[in-house]
Amino acid sequence: MKRILVSLITMVALSIAVKAYAAEVIKVDGSSTVYPITEAVAEEFQKTEKDKTKVTVGISGTGGGFKKFCIGETDISDASRPIKPTEVELCKKNGIDYIELPVAYDGLAVIINPKNAWADKMTVKELKKLWEPEAQGKITKWNQIRANWPDKEIHLFGPGVDSGTYDYFTEAIVGKEHSSRGDFTSSEDDNVLVQGIATDQLALGFFGVAYYEHNKDKLKLVAIDDEKDENGKGHILPKYENVVNGTYQPLSRPIFIYVSKKSADKPEIKRFVEFYMKKGGELSKEVGYVALPDNAYKLGLKRFEKRIIGSVFGGKGSQVGVKIEDLLKKEM
Amino acid sequence: MNRETEGQRGKGAEGQRVRRALNKFYDKAFTVIGLLATLIGLAVLLTLLIDVFMDGASRLGWQFLTSYPSRKPEQAGILSAWVGTAWVMALTFIIAFPLGVAAAVYLEEYSKKNWLRDFIEINIANLAGVPSIIYGLLGLGLFVRALSLDRSVISGAATLALLVLPIIILSTREALKAIPSSIREASYALGASKWQTIRHQVLPAAMPGILTGTILAMSRAIGETAPLITIGALTYVAFLPASPISTEFPFITLRGLLDAFSVLPIQIFNWVSRPQKGFFTNAAAGIIVLLIITFLMNGIAVWLRHKYQKKVRW
Repeated sequence: MKRILVSLITMVALSIAVKAYAAEVIKVDGSSTVYPITEAVAEEFQKTEKDKTKVTVGISGTGGGFKKFCIGETDISDASRPIKPTEVELCKKNGIDYIELPVAYDGLAVIINPKNAWADKMTVKELKKLWEPEAQGKITKWNQIRANWPDKEIHLFGPGVDSGTYDYFTEAIVGKEHSSRGDFTSSEDDNVLVQGIATDQLALGFFGVAYYEHNKDKLKLVAIDDEKDENGKGHILPKYENVVNGTYQPLSRPIFIYVSKKSADKPEIKRFVEFYMKKGGELSKEVGYVALPDNAYKLGLKRFEKRIIGSVFGGKGSQVGVKIEDLLKKEM
Repeated sequence: MNRETEGQRGKGAEGQRVRRALNKFYDKAFTVIGLLATLIGLAVLLTLLIDVFMDGASRLGWQFLTSYPSRKPEQAGILSAWVGTAWVMALTFIIAFPLGVAAAVYLEEYSKKNWLRDFIEINIANLAGVPSIIYGLLGLGLFVRALSLDRSVISGAATLALLVLPIIILSTREALKAIPSSIREASYALGASKWQTIRHQVLPAAMPGILTGTILAMSRAIGETAPLITIGALTYVAFLPASPISTEFPFITLRGLLDAFSVLPIQIFNWVSRPQKGFFTNAAAGIIVLLIITFLMNGIAVWLRHKYQKKVRW
């Protein structure tokens, strides 16, 4: 009995002593949209570091990620929208300064069933009429959007309301972040939305363009016209070049990582962020996102080196129709 | 039933024959209903198994079991996930089993029937029905934050241990109740003390039931995702918790307890929600591995029960 007790105590003491010697761990958490890019970067980074540094990546959603980041539990937060006022407040309260770095563009695709022959072109106004809170229970048929469309029910699909994707879509289309009709089928799992739209001729939904790319045979894209000629005339599809040159508006958005300034001083975090800015473009393309222009990564790196803290969006959350390069340049 | 038929004996042979035929019919009907119920359950399980095997069997293999997650589906594996699951399950067992059995023995054998015991009993029964995510929130507040154990293997295991504890206590109590009091009385009659009676007669006899309940509880814990995501178990982990056996003095270390971890259900969940088809196959293969582990655990339960049953001499 005594022996067991003694060995137990030594083991506990050892485990505590050893904790201090553990390998460097970089903790990343946040958006599931940014996750594939960070996963790819972490994978490649760990290869170059040869086990010296470990990277962990969690998925708590953009909001959940900031909740952990702003109390100092993580080093880097993945975010599919800029930081919001409530999160800015939380970070400030805990003395966490952050450096905001855009890592890629994500296009949101509006999707219909391939058998739907009428709705392959829509305007932002029509989408607003369909998705705004006032439409709940009222706009239920296709011919209420456009008179020559069929007199049939419309079935709506969208991502969960806790996702950055939902926040951005509502900001871009309805005009108010996090506000839309509630009577649509929502799922945190975008593959469920893909299945839903693929099997329902009367469906319409939205999600990240990567999910369309991998299910092209089952889905159909809707071309969007924002009726602003300065960023591309007419109906535009979320194709690679349209996202990069800023004509697929308002549904393409930059996605970010936020680096804690305190963590940025650690050499392993510095190496990781530098690696991210160097390889992020190439890797984000590989996992199905649209890379930023090369210059944006260079500006991001500079921003990191100069430790410019705060958000170029002024801490107000999602904003529509921004060219990330312009914003970065402004602050240099 | 018997008494009823006896009561009707006087009413003549005719009524009795009808009654008997009816009883026979009910007997047959119930057999068929029972069989159907069993078959439906089996058919659902079989469909599930076949479906998953068709999707994922091609992906199973050494490489899949020994690789870390990757952005390339064909290179990705479940090494960190299944090792994490093994760590968490082993620790959950180590924490929950002694606690659960001791609590049940106290409640069943020692405690007197009073308001305190009633209060504890009601609470345990209620805890068994609390949704698992609530335990995740408790684990986040208590283990991760208050005890600052961080998002480590030990936090995860302690959270799951809390989750399965009520189930273990309840099933252990049932197993103890099933031991006839004559056994206890016989033991006392031979001069054994209360602890000797429990230690040498009651517990060994109840062990098959206790183990079955425990393993069923563990089988529930192995599939839990929500509480572990709540405490912040990670999705991308490309390293293993430090091995408990090391080459340096003192050869045993508990460092791994404080390492970050992932588990199979979280990895599967992540792959299912990715757009690439390759990850879907990976998810199916991961499900097969999870099923195999669950079946193995149930197999161990059956074996242990068999082993202990042989030891019972009365």
